[in-house]
Amino acid sequence: MTPLDLARIETLWVYLAADPLLWLTVTLLAYGLADRFSAACGRHPLANPVLIAVALIAALLTATGTGFDAYFQGAQFVHFLLGPATVALAVPLHRHWPLVRKAALPILAALLAGAVTAVVSAVAIAALLGAPYPVLAALAPKSVTAAIAMGVAREIGGEPSLTATLVIATGILGAVMVTPLMRLCRISDWRARGFAAGLASHGIGTARAFQVNPVAGAFAGIAMGLNGLVTAALVPLILALF
Amino acid sequence: MGFVGGIATVPHPARSSESEMIPALSLLLGCQLAGEILARLLALPVPGPVLGLALLFLALQLRTRLRPDAAAIETLPLGAVSGVLLAHLSLLFVPAGAGIVRHAGTVLAHGPSLLAALLLSTALTLIVTAFVFVKVAALVGSPAEPDR
Repeated sequence: MTPLDLARIETLWVYLAADPLLWLTVTLLAYGLADRFSAACGRHPLANPVLIAVALIAALLTATGTGFDAYFQGAQFVHFLLGPATVALAVPLHRHWPLVRKAALPILAALLAGAVTAVVSAVAIAALLGAPYPVLAALAPKSVTAAIAMGVAREIGGEPSLTATLVIATGILGAVMVTPLMRLCRISDWRARGFAAGLASHGIGTARAFQVNPVAGAFAGIAMGLNGLVTAALVPLILALF
Repeated sequence: MGFVGGIATVPHPARSSESEMIPALSLLLGCQLAGEILARLLALPVPGPVLGLALLFLALQLRTRLRPDAAAIETLPLGAVSGVLLAHLSLLFVPAGAGIVRHAGTVLAHGPSLLAALLLSTALTLIVTAFVFVKVAALVGSPAEPDR
């Protein structure tokens, strides 16, 4: 290559790196690849599409020395769709409403038991292992959707950006663990499996549930919404004990 | 909400659905917008999209109540658009997921305590939630949905 060609490529890269188009395309391609791989693995829980796509993108960002802010310039268009997708959960909820009504008591009981377990177990384990209070405060709302969790963490003196990280990590962990754990416990009720996935690991768990079964998806969506409300009320009360 | 009823009278919803994607998307965004406005006006601690979910759900319930013979939502463009969004919900978490790489250092700096807390707590939460659901369902006679 002549120096002129190199200069051209450099100019091209300067343009691409600054334009949202590149990273938006990369996000879609990485997900497309991850989703195909996940489908080829028969939706094996370890072949989680979020996990694979994130790993691909993280590797690419590191290799090209691209900062997250530059990446997000493009990826924000995908991120934005989380809002309308949350609203869209009303459709499966409406469709399965007769089923949901009949399960009102199990839903209420599992919601309270699950919400308390999520907060108390996380905070207790981390406290026993010597984590300081600000970390406990950031960890406590880890099972609920990022928007609610960050608000709760800020309120009780946790670092919201650490909370966002822990929320995403919890989501991926839950989505990967839910199927093997439910098999291990011999729980085959799709309502219970979906509800657990949505409660423990919010939208990423809900995405996994929709991947597996529509009833599980509907119940995951309900669990995600309800646990957001319960956890917001519960965390300040529980953290007062630590 | 008028156009939801309007679409129900179209004889072949599958054929017309492409031209009707825009109203369906507008409805989703409109509910989100209404949710954001409500959350701010009433200073509610609930995110706008969650309120939007509640609004759309109430509208859909009302529609079924008022017109029990109306076409099922799944056959309408709103059903199609929602289906696409929810089938690829995983994609929508990828940008935020890539963001955690920035803070991976913070998590690792706290050593294995945070990682252990995340792993054990998430597993415990999954098991307790599903277990309580199944036990209470058996207690009150709410049988599991048969596999389909």
